[in-house]
Amino acid sequence: MATVAAQRPRRRWLTRRRVVGTFWTTFTWLLAFVLFFPVLWMVLTSFKREGDAYTTPPKIAFHPTLSQFSQVFNGGAGPPFEHSLFVSLVSVVFVLLLGIPAAYALSVRAIERWRDVLFFFLSTKMLPYVAAIVPIYIVALHIGLLDNDWALVILYTGFNLPLAVWMIRSFLLEIPKEVIEAARIDGAGLFIELTRVILPVAIPGIAATALICVIFSWNEFFFAYFLTATRGPTVPVFMISFLQSEGEYWARLAAAATVACLPVILAGWLAQRQLVRGLSLGALK
Amino acid sequence: MYMIVVTQVPFLVTIWYSLRSWNTLTPGSNKFVGFDEYKLVFADPTFRSAILNTVVITASAVIISMILATTLAILVNRRFIGRGVVRTMLITPFLLMPVATALLFKTTIYDPIFGLLDWVLGPFGVHQVNWVGTHSVAAVVAVLVWEWTPFMMLIVLAGLQSEPLESLEAARVDGANAVQSFGLITLPYLRRYIELGLLLGSIYILQAFGEIFVLTQGGGGHGSATTNLPYYIYELAFNQFNVSEAAAAGVIVVIATEIIAMTTLRLLSTLFRASEAMG
Repeated sequence: MATVAAQRPRRRWLTRRRVVGTFWTTFTWLLAFVLFFPVLWMVLTSFKREGDAYTTPPKIAFHPTLSQFSQVFNGGAGPPFEHSLFVSLVSVVFVLLLGIPAAYALSVRAIERWRDVLFFFLSTKMLPYVAAIVPIYIVALHIGLLDNDWALVILYTGFNLPLAVWMIRSFLLEIPKEVIEAARIDGAGLFIELTRVILPVAIPGIAATALICVIFSWNEFFFAYFLTATRGPTVPVFMISFLQSEGEYWARLAAAATVACLPVILAGWLAQRQLVRGLSLGALK
Repeated sequence: MYMIVVTQVPFLVTIWYSLRSWNTLTPGSNKFVGFDEYKLVFADPTFRSAILNTVVITASAVIISMILATTLAILVNRRFIGRGVVRTMLITPFLLMPVATALLFKTTIYDPIFGLLDWVLGPFGVHQVNWVGTHSVAAVVAVLVWEWTPFMMLIVLAGLQSEPLESLEAARVDGANAVQSFGLITLPYLRRYIELGLLLGSIYILQAFGEIFVLTQGGGGHGSATTNLPYYIYELAFNQFNVSEAAAAGVIVVIATEIIAMTTLRLLSTLFRASEAMG
């Protein structure tokens, strides 16, 4: 008898705990759904015909069509995608080529005053773009890089590099010192040490860094708008062209937005474990 | 070297132009005038309202997203079914292209007739409100909050997950309830992470341009209520072709950002040393 009496309140406490837990779980799901809804709505709208996009109440059931997507691509989305792809990929290659050795020199084989160098890198990231746009525009104008993908490649390499150095450095630091020392004792030179010992271990971290750099370059609008607006627009600049026709082509706008955001959303989902490290410049794991 | 060239040279050139009186529309105006352009900038009432607008937009967006982000981070830090999916859903707004986000909000959500907001608020007697036109600042801030909450959430979440469990355990042994242990132990522990989120968020949101460009073109209920500093400089340089005044305004923005940035760097440096000491 005594044991039953002792168990009963305990069980009640457990069920109460479970109810509260279910409540919070449902609440979390609900919040997540509300916050995610605009994204879902974008994808839904992109499969609508224009007539279905303007209804009160908003339509959830409709005949899906792919015509908006084909219109987006026939409507000149091809070249902006090529520009964006070129700029994002080439700049990320430069970032890695410059960033990996820099990160190496600031971690594994730390140079003198490495901490100052590291923080100098970071401080450059804090310059507001607006302050630089006027001179950059003028310089680009004078050396004929206006409306040229290379102007953006140079800029994006510049503004992603600090982030990449900080991030790659935090990954390199995780490699056990013994592994590197063992390789050195075995007579590995700098090149072998980098390519055979360090890179294979650090590759997942470097890949995540690269993805985050691509995300930032892909979404960048400010420089792209000023430096490539007339010829050779990137995807964000292409999206802006909907500003004029806005109010008439919602479904097509949604289709264009879906296509424009999809690569980055997928990349971000893949890199989400490392995202926080990138965003906090390697300070947080 | 590369970093110095790419980042410092433009700034020096900015200072150079800011000391001249160059307007590309006025030939022969490109000459040295000292600090005159700075006087012009400070005398411009639009500049002063742009500073105020920047502070209002940045501060409200940063604070609201931090509150939302902390709530979400605590909720997501529990173990529950589909936690990974919820996390993935929550970070997505941050990944969207800001320009596309702003366009979608302007059309499918803020539209006075067919927008989702009108439909959702319909039962509460809110009908056909021109959100972007009459509540422009709130409309811009809402988009910014939506975009930046995931960023803040990830930082707070990283903080929550690195919290030593022993202290929470000790608190429970001492008879603290959930609210007490959160307020007395978790929150003070999270302070540095919250500060980091607020500072980094401020640096990024201070630069918000695409959203304002798309949503309101710097306009708003009371004249130019959403003209923040970046938009103001854009107007000066590319609509009024007043290169020098824009450059002068740019230098002022840099000095303002530098104050936030120095604080951020100091904070990062402590976090950094702390994690080094642990590692």
